[in-house]
Amino acid sequence: MAKIGVFICHCGENIASMVDTGKLVSSIAEHPGVEVSTEYKYFCSDPGQETVKKAIRDHNLTGVVVAACSPRMHEQTFRKACAEAGLNPYMLEMANIREHCSWVHTDMVEATEKAIEITRSLVEKVKRNNDLEPISVPVTRRAMVIGGGVAGIQAALDIASAGREVVLVEREPSIGGHMAQLSETFPTLDCSQCILTPRMVEAIQHPNITVMTYSEVEEVDGYIGNFTVKVRKKARYVKMETCTGCGDCIQKCPVKKIPSEFECSLGNRTAIYTPFAQAVPNVPVIDRSRCTYFKNGKCAICKKTCQINSIDFDQQDTIESIEVGAIIVATGFQVQNTAGYGEYGYGRYKDVITGLHFERLASASGPTAGKILRPSDGKEPQTVVFIQCAGSRDVSKGVRYCSRICCMYTSKHAMLYAHKVHHGVSQIFYMDIRAAGKGYDEFTRRAIEEDKAGYIRGRVSKVYEENGKLIVRGADTLLGRQVEVEADMVVLATAIVPQPDAKEFAKKVGISYDEYGFYNEAHLKLRPVESSTAGIYLAGACQSPKDIPDSVAQASAAAAKVLGLFSKERLEREPVVAMVTDSTCAGCWGCVEACPYNAIDRRDITDRNGNLIKRVASVNPGLCQGCGTCVSFCRSNSIDLAGFTEKQIFAEVMAL
Amino acid sequence: MSEPFEPKIVAFVCTYCTYAGADLAGTSRMKYASNVRIVRLPCTGRISPMFILKALQKGADGVLVSGCHPGDCHFAQGNYHARRRWTVFRALLAFTGIPEERIKFSWISAAEGAKFAELINGITEEIRSLGPFEQYQELQTVIETQSTY
Repeated sequence: MAKIGVFICHCGENIASMVDTGKLVSSIAEHPGVEVSTEYKYFCSDPGQETVKKAIRDHNLTGVVVAACSPRMHEQTFRKACAEAGLNPYMLEMANIREHCSWVHTDMVEATEKAIEITRSLVEKVKRNNDLEPISVPVTRRAMVIGGGVAGIQAALDIASAGREVVLVEREPSIGGHMAQLSETFPTLDCSQCILTPRMVEAIQHPNITVMTYSEVEEVDGYIGNFTVKVRKKARYVKMETCTGCGDCIQKCPVKKIPSEFECSLGNRTAIYTPFAQAVPNVPVIDRSRCTYFKNGKCAICKKTCQINSIDFDQQDTIESIEVGAIIVATGFQVQNTAGYGEYGYGRYKDVITGLHFERLASASGPTAGKILRPSDGKEPQTVVFIQCAGSRDVSKGVRYCSRICCMYTSKHAMLYAHKVHHGVSQIFYMDIRAAGKGYDEFTRRAIEEDKAGYIRGRVSKVYEENGKLIVRGADTLLGRQVEVEADMVVLATAIVPQPDAKEFAKKVGISYDEYGFYNEAHLKLRPVESSTAGIYLAGACQSPKDIPDSVAQASAAAAKVLGLFSKERLEREPVVAMVTDSTCAGCWGCVEACPYNAIDRRDITDRNGNLIKRVASVNPGLCQGCGTCVSFCRSNSIDLAGFTEKQIFAEVMAL
Repeated sequence: MSEPFEPKIVAFVCTYCTYAGADLAGTSRMKYASNVRIVRLPCTGRISPMFILKALQKGADGVLVSGCHPGDCHFAQGNYHARRRWTVFRALLAFTGIPEERIKFSWISAAEGAKFAELINGITEEIRSLGPFEQYQELQTVIETQSTY
C-alpha cells in the first residue's frame, strides 16, 4: 500500500510566480496513493528538509516526490534527507517544475497544467521504486604502473611514499625512458640523467615498489579495485638475484657492432648489454637474435668470464599473475620516422638527423662523449640548420597536432651547440616559437640574444647535397625572400607520436584512443588523468605530447587519484545497475555484446551434482555504469535497470 | 470560435545530454511551447520502441527521442544502439500505420539549450498542423464495442 509524500517547492518566486502551487497541491492530493501533499518556500533549506523528514516519520511514507528544481541540482540533497529520516534514499524522485516548466513558459494556466502532469507521472514512477543499497566492491590496494619513464617513476614513487604497494612494469631492460637519453633539459639546462637517476635508484630501492624490467603486460582482466594482470618477464639469460653489475661479460663479448637502440644507432653495443651505463637495474640482457651462442652454440665467453656464474642460457620467459586495484598507463611516445619527408633528406644524407640524435651527440655519456660531430665524417659542423615542425602541424602528410616540445628543445640545441662549438653558426627555420611554460620564453630569448641563434621564419622546401655541404633551401617570410643556407648538419625537430603498438596495447588493457593513438582521457578539460575505463589512469606523453614538468605533474595527479581510490577498503557505487532474471534468460548474449563496459559475464547454473543446467548472463555490479543499453536489447525481457525499470518508465508514461 | 488544438508531446531524453540541455534552456530562461512532457532516462540506449508506442497509445500526439551526439555518449555507445533501433523502428512504423512524422529523433548536447527550445517549438507546430493522433483511440473504441468480455 503506497504512501507517497509530495513536496511542492516554491523556490522563492522562481516556481511560485508561474505555477499555481496551491492548485498543484490540491490536485496531487487527490491522486491515488498520495498520503501527503504540501508546499513550502525552499525545500532544500534546513527547515524545508526537516519538514520532509518529519512527514516521512509521521506518516510512514513509502516514497517521496519533491516537485522543484532539476534532479541534477538537488537529488543528492533530498536522498540524504530521506536516509536520515529512515527511508531508503532511492525511494525519492524529483519532478522538475522549474527548469522544465516555470522558467520556460509564460502562461500560468498552461504551466500549472504541465506541472500537475509531470508531478503525477513521477508519483507513479516512485510507487514502483525499489529499495536499493549502494554496491560495495572490495579494493585490492596495490597499484600497477605500466611504463618506467619519468612519468611512471614519479607515479610509482608518489603511491609508494603514501604506504601503498606498487608494481612498476617496463619493457626495456632499464627504467628511465626517453628522459634518460636526453643531454640537458630545458629551461634549467639540468643534466637529464643527473636529475633522473636518483629517482630511478629511489624507485628500485623503495620497499613498496617492485620494479619488473624487461617485462611486458600480456593481459588485463577484471575491473576497478579488482584487476588481474598477466605480465611476461622476458628471459634476460642473466640471473638477477646474483648479478653484481660488474660488466665483465659486456667487456668480453665479441659481438661488438650492434647499433645501439639507446644511442639511436649513432653508437654500438654488444650482444650482452645494458642499454646505458647508468641502467637501473644494472643487470645486462642477452640479445638472443645477435648472440653467437644462441645462433650456433659456440662462444659463451660471457658465461666463462662471469665469476659468480650468473649467466643462464636456459632461462625461460615466465608469466606472473598480479592482482592490483588500479593501473596507471605511462607508456610514453616515440619519435616519428621522417623518412617520409623526402625533401628533408632524412635517411638519404647521414648528416640529417633528428632531435633525439642531437641529444645523444650532446650527451656527455653519448657516442661522441658530448662533442657535436657529423655522423658522416666525425668532423665538427660549423653551421647547423635546425628545422622546426618537421612533421607536426601538417594537414597533408604528417600529423595535425603540435608536438609541443620541439620549439623548446630546438632553442636548447642551438644553445648547447653554441656552448660546445664557439664559432658555430646555427640557423633555425620556424613557423612559430611556442614557449609557453614557466621560464620558457626567457630561455628562448637567451638562445637568441646570448647564444646568437639565428631564427628564420619560414618553411624549408628542400635539403640537398652539393660539394660535401648540405644546402638547405627555404623561405624567409619576414624578409619576403628565398633563402639558401650551406649547412654541415641538419637537425629535424620531428613529431612525437604514440608508441608503435599503442593501439594494440590499449585494446589489451581496455582503454580507448584517439585517431592518432594517444589515449583518451575521461574529459579533456576536467578529468585529464582518468581514462575512459574506471580504475585505469593516464600519465605522461601517452595521453598527449608534453614536456617533463607536465608529465611529472600528470603522474602525481594520477597517483593522487589512485590513492583516493585506495583510501577505503571498499568502493561504494551507485546502485543504478542492471539485473538479470535468471529464470527467463535464454543465454543469447545480446546484452554481453551490447554492454560498452564489458560488465556482463556468462554464468553457469549447475545443479547439486555440478551438472550444467544452463548458462545465463550475469551483470557485474562493480562495472555496470547504468546506461540501460542491455535492457532494450534483451529479447526476452530478462534484464532490467534498477532506478529505471520497465515498470517505472511505463508507469511514468501512462500517467502523463 | 473553437480553441486551437494543443498537441501533447512526450520526450524521452537522456540524463547527461538532452536533459541537461533542457535544464540549460531553463536556467537561461528561454521560452518555448508548454506542450512537451519530458521522461528522463539514463541513456537513449535504454529506450525501447515500446515506450514510444505506449506514449502514443495513452494520448500523445507526437513523440521525441533525443540524446547525446554520436561519439559523445556519456556511456560510450548507448546512442549508437538507439540510432540503430530507430532505423529499424522507422521501417516498422509504416506497418503499424503510424505516420513517421509524429516521431522525431534528435541529438542535443548539454550545451545546446537554445537548440532544445527551438526544437520543441518546431515540433509542437508540426504536430499541431498534423492534428490530434486519433488512430489508437479509434482502435480502442472498436475493441471496446466489439469485445465480448
